[in-house]
Amino acid sequence: MNRAASMNRITVNGEARSVEEATTLAELVAALGQPPAALATAVNGEFVPRSERAALRLREGDAVFTFQPITGG
Amino acid sequence: MGLRIADTDLASRFFLGTAGYPSPQVLREAIAASGTQVVTLSLKRQLANAGTPNDFFKLIRESGARLLPNTAGCRTAREAINMSKMAREMFDTNWIKLEVIGDEYTLQPDPFELVEAARTLVKDGFEVLPYCTDDLVSCQRLLDAGCKILMPWGAPIGSGQGLLNPSALRTLRARLPDVTLVVDAGIGSPRDAVQAMEMGFDAVLVNTAVSQSRDPAKMARAFRLGVESGRLAWEAGVMAKQEMAVPSTPVTGQPFTL
Repeated sequence: MNRAASMNRITVNGEARSVEEATTLAELVAALGQPPAALATAVNGEFVPRSERAALRLREGDAVFTFQPITGG
Repeated sequence: MGLRIADTDLASRFFLGTAGYPSPQVLREAIAASGTQVVTLSLKRQLANAGTPNDFFKLIRESGARLLPNTAGCRTAREAINMSKMAREMFDTNWIKLEVIGDEYTLQPDPFELVEAARTLVKDGFEVLPYCTDDLVSCQRLLDAGCKILMPWGAPIGSGQGLLNPSALRTLRARLPDVTLVVDAGIGSPRDAVQAMEMGFDAVLVNTAVSQSRDPAKMARAFRLGVESGRLAWEAGVMAKQEMAVPSTPVTGQPFTL
């Protein structure tokens, strides 16, 4: 099997990244090395709840954003 | 007399922002000195390969204050709605300080996007506290959308100019007597907080005026006293101004002249 054909190109916080086809958002978060509850996720501008990350398979061209707490006014 | 937000009774009418303090320790001291029960915070997009530990959030949680996340940086209703949902998950609260900015220079709220976002979020179970202007009709539209609390600006965010349009704020207070109104943004000194509270506003939200002062903990206390003082004055009723002097000591004419 051609390995290149089984990869999807996505972006994570604007940075290009290749993930294996059928990789889920939950797997991506784990690969980022962060606990699931330490960040909030959005794909293509839409919020994806923590409970739905495992069911969401990333597709070619997806833009993933992750968010963390920060001080604010 | 306390303040009620959603199903929560609050003794303090001073909401405090958490941004821009010299250090986490100073922020902790300022929160303690302020007596606040509501602190604002936010979410930011992570930088690629970031993985910074988050002492800040731990500190905030340990303060015991209620969390009021904001949607800073959002320019459209869609962005603000998504940010609100992320904040609800991250901070485990349905309270949201809804910010949708319409102008880069003044950071003025966009009333149209704000109303649209508020309507959607209220239906989704959020307690929406919109950061809005002092425009009466757009405030009424926010109430129509289901908001129970409004947070009109005193002046542009971070400007410290105080209450630029007291007349408009007085009109809001008079026309919306039963709505919880919080002056948010632009407050520069405790004097401004006293003024807002004396006008009958239910609370004030301050960040920059505290965090950027030389001694944030001391300034937090100054604001706390100002907010309490202004509230007491409102409840007691400030005297009407007189054109001329009115003697306050009840003497009988001139002491040595019959």
